[in-house]
Amino acid sequence: MASAAGRNQRLRSGLYTYSGLAPFVFFALFPFYFMLVTSFKSNAELYNLKAIPFWIQSGLTGDHYSLLFFKTDFFVWMKNSLIISVVATGVSLLISILAGYSLARLRFAGVASFGTAVFITYLVPPTLLFLPLSQVVVWLGISDTIWSLIVTYPTFLVPFSTWLLMGYFRTIPKEVEECALVDGASRMQTLWRIVLPMAVPGIVCAALFGFTLTWNEFIYALTFVSQTASKTAVVGVTADLIRGDIYYWGSLMAGAVLASVPIAVVYVVFLDYYVSGLTAGAVKG
Amino acid sequence: MAVGPRVLEAAGLPGPGRLARLHEWWEQEHVFGYGLIMPALLLLVCLVAYPFGMAIYFSLSDYWVGSPGTFIGFENYRQILASETFRQAVWNSFVFTIIAVVLKTVLGIWLAMLLIRSMRFKRAIRGAVLLPWVIPTALSTLAWWWMFDSLYSVVNWTAIRLGILSAPGPNWLGQASYAMAAVIAVNVWRGLPFFAITVLAGLVSIPREFYEAAEVDGASPWARFCHVTLPLLKPVIAVVVLFSTIFTFADFNIVWVLTRGGPMNTTHLFATLAYQVGLNGGNLGQGAAISLFLFPMLAAVVFFQLRYIRQE
Repeated sequence: MASAAGRNQRLRSGLYTYSGLAPFVFFALFPFYFMLVTSFKSNAELYNLKAIPFWIQSGLTGDHYSLLFFKTDFFVWMKNSLIISVVATGVSLLISILAGYSLARLRFAGVASFGTAVFITYLVPPTLLFLPLSQVVVWLGISDTIWSLIVTYPTFLVPFSTWLLMGYFRTIPKEVEECALVDGASRMQTLWRIVLPMAVPGIVCAALFGFTLTWNEFIYALTFVSQTASKTAVVGVTADLIRGDIYYWGSLMAGAVLASVPIAVVYVVFLDYYVSGLTAGAVKG
Repeated sequence: MAVGPRVLEAAGLPGPGRLARLHEWWEQEHVFGYGLIMPALLLLVCLVAYPFGMAIYFSLSDYWVGSPGTFIGFENYRQILASETFRQAVWNSFVFTIIAVVLKTVLGIWLAMLLIRSMRFKRAIRGAVLLPWVIPTALSTLAWWWMFDSLYSVVNWTAIRLGILSAPGPNWLGQASYAMAAVIAVNVWRGLPFFAITVLAGLVSIPREFYEAAEVDGASPWARFCHVTLPLLKPVIAVVVLFSTIFTFADFNIVWVLTRGGPMNTTHLFATLAYQVGLNGGNLGQGAAISLFLFPMLAAVVFFQLRYIRQE
């Protein structure tokens, strides 16, 4: 009797959990599903008001994808995004490892104010500075090239990664470093050989978020680059597929799907890092 | 032509003795500390602090794209404050931010309370819920744009079939209050995961004993939520809300893709208006002045954050 009541209760609690979560999961995933469905739907069905929009009735088509591949610079945009994300994230990570270690571990005059300064710049939204930066980029002679983004993306990556890594470095026991120093290792060797290997999870986390933030970045990429050949995937798809009043909805969705794929793949592989990075309380939202 | 060590010595380059001294100097804690922080500091001074100074100068000058302006004092600010469009944008920004942040907070806590319950496929469900936050916002907003299309909106199609709306349904992005609702909906959709996952982390850290004690005292689930969960979550919620307030207030992507600030400027926020005036219109001075209105909000949030962090 008791076990039946227990099972009943568990069933009810399970029902409550899943029926409560279902709307949230649906809300979260539906736009992506709809994006995918639209990208494979023929124009005839897409613009038929009588058709049911939720699935494909009259056959899949690859037309939207071929328009994207052969009539636009889609592959160039993807290549640009990849180069920018990897280089900007790599450089920022290097700068942030040095700064994060220094702020977390070393004692020198002004270290607390440096920490505060990093924290404040971390809170500065890119929309505050995009106008003056667009002029800086012109003066540097790199406007309209992917370099304008490689140079400016560290402005939000470095404060973010430094803040994240500071937290990680603080969790590493100090005794290990002290031992290495006593054994005659230089400070740089200690950082590189002893501390870094122990901070790998934090560094992976910072690299993942860095890659995601740069790949997804929009306003700088929209502002600093106007020639098609230098655009990023996100801006290329968003801005170049709309010509006048004609919307290529199928191709827009195809572009949105494909330009999201690299992030989605990285996300699925490293899901746990994303969750832990987010809960480190150190992410812009 | 080979350069031997003796040539180097003659040229006064550091021999081993100097190198050792240099090494010793570098090994001092404060020198090493400053050295490591230098690249980051240089970057932030050149590409954050300096542009910020430029923004202030721009805002006080009649600087147009391609023509360095002259100092005109507060003229830009006077013109902005007198402009109907700007006042509309201020109102929009507050409506947008307040409604979106409140919705994200309430729904985020609710979702986190659901996510912490024991269930199968926990990892997959959490992964699905977090997805809108990870996928490029500009791209997922394209899907929303299509979903809110004036003629082929799937939202209207469904609502009409379910009898919630009468045909043809609203033109979501073409009518003022509907456009604002659409923009808020997308912002909530994209920001909710951040709230839910962070609050979830807060929930996980609440010791079970608190709940057991409350249960022994005969507290109802609702009373437990109000008197145990919420007070203990307060610090986490405060941080998330402050963070989200800045970035909702400074939002650009969603509005730019969905409405470009329209219809009739009813969804313009500071950032989209600054973009329109400064880049599309070429008036960098006024554009900079508009985006600087984000600064007081930023300063207020930084102030609260720092006070809060000091309390910790």
